[in-house]
Amino acid sequence: MLEIRNLHAKAGEKLILRGVNLKVGAGEVHAIMGPNGSGKSTLAQVIAGRDLYEVTEGEILYEGRNLLELSPEERAREGIFLAFQYPVEIPGVSNLYFLRTALNAIRKHRGLEELDVMDFMELVRERVKLLGMNEALLERPVNEGFSGGEKKRNEILQMAVLEPRLAILDETDSGLDIDALKAVAAGINAMRSPERAMIVVTHYQRLLEYVEPDFVHVMADGRIVRSGDKELARELERQGYAWLEEEAALAQENRS
Amino acid sequence: MSTATQDIQAFTQQEYKYGFETPVETETFPPGLNEDIIREISARKREPKFLLEWRLKAYRHWLTMKEPTWANVKYPPIDYQKIVYFAAPKGWKKGPKSIEEIDPELLRTYEKLGIPLHERERLAGVAVDAVFDSVSVATTLQEKLSELGIIFCSFSEAAEKYPELVERYLGSVVPYTDNFFAALNSAVFSDGSFCYVPKGVRCPVELSTYFRINARNTGQFERTLIIADEGAYVSYLEGCTAPIRDSNQLHAAVVELVAHDYATIKYSTVQNWYPGDKQGRGGIYNFVTKRGKCLGKYSKISWTQLETGSAITWKYPSCLLIGEGSVGEFYSVAVTNNYQQADTGTKMIHIGPNTRSTIVSKGISAGHGQNTYRGMVKILPGAENARNYSQCDSMLIGNECGAHTFPYLEVKNPTARVEHEASVSRIGEDQIFYCRQRGISTEDAVSMIVSGFTRQVLQELPMEFAVEAQRLLSVSLEGSVG
Ligand SMILES: Nc1ncnc2c1ncn2[C@@H]1O[C@H](COP(=O)(O)OP(=O)(O)OP(=O)(O)O)[C@@H](O)[C@H]1O
Ligand SMILES: [Mg+2]
Repeated sequence: MLEIRNLHAKAGEKLILRGVNLKVGAGEVHAIMGPNGSGKSTLAQVIAGRDLYEVTEGEILYEGRNLLELSPEERAREGIFLAFQYPVEIPGVSNLYFLRTALNAIRKHRGLEELDVMDFMELVRERVKLLGMNEALLERPVNEGFSGGEKKRNEILQMAVLEPRLAILDETDSGLDIDALKAVAAGINAMRSPERAMIVVTHYQRLLEYVEPDFVHVMADGRIVRSGDKELARELERQGYAWLEEEAALAQENRS
Repeated sequence: MSTATQDIQAFTQQEYKYGFETPVETETFPPGLNEDIIREISARKREPKFLLEWRLKAYRHWLTMKEPTWANVKYPPIDYQKIVYFAAPKGWKKGPKSIEEIDPELLRTYEKLGIPLHERERLAGVAVDAVFDSVSVATTLQEKLSELGIIFCSFSEAAEKYPELVERYLGSVVPYTDNFFAALNSAVFSDGSFCYVPKGVRCPVELSTYFRINARNTGQFERTLIIADEGAYVSYLEGCTAPIRDSNQLHAAVVELVAHDYATIKYSTVQNWYPGDKQGRGGIYNFVTKRGKCLGKYSKISWTQLETGSAITWKYPSCLLIGEGSVGEFYSVAVTNNYQQADTGTKMIHIGPNTRSTIVSKGISAGHGQNTYRGMVKILPGAENARNYSQCDSMLIGNECGAHTFPYLEVKNPTARVEHEASVSRIGEDQIFYCRQRGISTEDAVSMIVSGFTRQVLQELPMEFAVEAQRLLSVSLEGSVG
């Protein structure tokens, strides 16, 4: 579904991604872990098409197509969804209106009828229940005045309504209390399907207890430096990232 | 430079939709201003003598005045002797007439503007006075309204038919000595609307005046006077457009409102004069004095304005809160794009006890637009327990525009409570990206963000016009991003 080859990207003069390789197949869940500032969010945003970042080398193929040629909205309409690490507030625009506009833009692109308010409400209510969300949030302006946890849950609601083919969740588990974490994990699991792939960026083993990944990758300094299965996540939980530095030092030694 | 910034710079691709010219033969006065011109205007309109006297006094006073320079707007000096002070379609005759008598070319014009005057196509629930250059060409629903005792007609007609009302109220809110443009208007005003709602009557339809400037090099100086007698209610809306021209045209109107005991006047404006082109050539200079007097106790005057047009806007719809417990409101959205400039706001003068006022101003600047909010809240010694709440928010789209806020506050009574909030935000690249990541195009994202920003004001517009206002807003910002 997604294939990233030797991806390099910079912001301004700063090179952030330095050769990322990653292959994600339909039905798979990949976890990406790694220290702060290692480039996880940058990778997520580059896949989504944020133009703050310039791709200087490498390529991204999505369903066999060159993803880098598509605008962010085209990527979204083709089924790529990013749950933001920091969801953005849009004052005065109701959450419902925003979500319906998004859904209809995507449906239109796929040649489907636009949903009217009634059908849309039915769909949203069902998903809200699934996530154990507070319905009052629907009428409020997008993310404005939402608590940290509410914002994250709202991202998952959007995913559940928009039904992407590739969902990238950037630290959707950060800042959640235990119940919210369980609800979010349940939401993610309910979305797992053989046609859908997920990339879950997280710092914590805890989420992965609920959402079992097929693959775990460690990102450091703009590259994926190690990949494994869910055991790797447990190991990281025990050892932290100190070994990365040792490895980097070793690599340095070998080079000289 | 990120493409978001480039997007933002690509702003106004949409052409001004109302820029066509109507091919009617026009009768105009020679340009220039002197007492003879004023006498001629007055004679043309068969005005009562007091009105001519009043015009001449205003003119003589105007000659002693200087054009104000305190507003935060820039324009080359205006030569008042180059302006034409009267233009009317040829064969125009004063007074109400049947639709059949109106030049079909004019009817087509209003149809194109979305204001059909024909009985069968009229907007439901709206009575329209159509002003074309210096004269009113039609007023609809007049008969129906007169059954309720409501007078709604052109100013010229009012001067002839109801001279005592006109004499009593004209200049009672905005005296001709008030300011330079008000004095000029008082001397040369051509037409406009007049409305009187009698005691205890609630006007069942929206009253509306549609102003159209068509003739070249012509100034438009209309005068509107609305009186709501005891317990009356009226909602009034004005709309305006003009053809595209590369020279500037002056529009200096005066609006006076008077609300007696327990009366309410809701005055809405959708101002869409030609704003000039992308390089800032042409466009209307919109220098307007609008003021309402809450004369009676518990009276209320509410101003709502959507200002998207004009090269320069200079206007401060204000309220004199005289009656005990009277209420003044000002809701405003002002958009400046390309090289437009707006210096707008309000004055709330609290004179009587327990008076209240609310100010909500939303300024949007894009392109090289400059948007200034200038507001005054004055609490006089007699205004025991007066209250004011002001909120002034500015939104910037792009990096070359500007937003400025000048709130003035004068409190002479210690029991007053005054609150002021202000904010400046920028349509962020992050907001737009967030929308696009959800499949929403940049254009739709901008109009969604802007409509969220302005919701609080637009919901004050009469239902019939809210949708149009929303559309106008997105058109005037179209191309500002993406
Ligand atoms: N727009 C930008 N301009 C300049 N530097 C940037 C920009 N975006 C990211 N960076 C830098 O790139 C590096 C990687 O940032 P990124 O947000 O991708 O890290 P992360 O792995 O998601 O970290 P965290 O775990 O803290 O979320 C950081 O050093 C960050 O400061
Ligand atoms: Mg991050």
